Amino acid sequence: MEAITQLVAAAEPIVKDANSTGAGLTALGAGLAYGFAAIGPALGIGNIVGKSVEAMARQPEAAGMVRTTMFLGIAFTEALALIGFVVFILLKFA
Amino acid sequence: MIALEFPEINSILVWKDIFPGFNKIALIAVLATVISSAIFLLAIRQSHKEAPKGVRNLAEVIVEFIEDSVVMQTMGKDGLAWTPFLLTLFMFIYLCNVPGIIPFLQMPATARMAVPLFLSLLIWVVFNATGIKHQGVIGYFKSVLFPPGVPKALYILVTPIELISTLLVRPFSLAVRLFANMLAGHILLVTFALLSEALFQAKDKILIPVGILPFFMLVFLTSFEVLVAFLQAYIFAMLAAVYIGSAAHPEH
Repeated sequence: MEAITQLVAAAEPIVKDANSTGAGLTALGAGLAYGFAAIGPALGIGNIVGKSVEAMARQPEAAGMVRTTMFLGIAFTEALALIGFVVFILLKFA
Repeated sequence: MIALEFPEINSILVWKDIFPGFNKIALIAVLATVISSAIFLLAIRQSHKEAPKGVRNLAEVIVEFIEDSVVMQTMGKDGLAWTPFLLTLFMFIYLCNVPGIIPFLQMPATARMAVPLFLSLLIWVVFNATGIKHQGVIGYFKSVLFPPGVPKALYILVTPIELISTLLVRPFSLAVRLFANMLAGHILLVTFALLSEALFQAKDKILIPVGILPFFMLVFLTSFEVLVAFLQAYIFAMLAAVYIGSAAHPEH
């Protein structure tokens, strides 16, 4: 928690002055942070869902179990993208 | 063109107190508790010998959903005793998520960190306590920190990873997943609502029909949020079940 507070405190004087170069760089960094954070999870979720559909098509009787595991996998992978989103919020607004 | 400025983030997340110490977030959380209690208290008043009708149907569908697709899929038959706990968790989170799309409430209570944080800390305490109860203090930490079937030399690498992932990352990611999903949905809805409002009221007459595009997106995202509200409550309950199940039976 302390690290986040320090991060916010460091970003604050830059964000206050809306037209400075620093504010522009903060906005750029915020956008890039989320963009880069989304690449890995995007590939991961695509892979998970694709493979799950394949498995369900091969073995429809196992569809229920595959679906549960698929949601678990998505939830774990998605967390990485969401941490990127939280960093974006902290940089942009905090 | 149009003057569009996204409002200060606090103006869409922080609400005025209705009365001291009680704002809209607290109101939604209290409503969620009252509604979910009311559903099951009304349902239990009916006799279980007759065919269910009215609110009892709803309650039975929810209980069956938790039993079949949360408990049985992750913990098996031994976990059925956990159904009431997971049911309460699911109902509370779902009813806190859904106000994000209900007119006049328009705010998911889980989009403020306090609610997901305390729920995930609750899960952290519960799964650690379950592990200690089932395996004893030493047995539990041994099975968490030194998972069986790993070559001895690798424990230098595995133990710190397991320590961080089980005891720190689990509650953190559980809280952040719910929080960030609901916050992202809320911000998206605000963005498209503002954009369509600004376009519909634009001085340039040619811009007014363009406002239909973000408005369609707003309608689409609202229906998407119906799905997200349910899915996040489901995933939270399921991950809680997985964590509790793995603490109770480490071999799975």
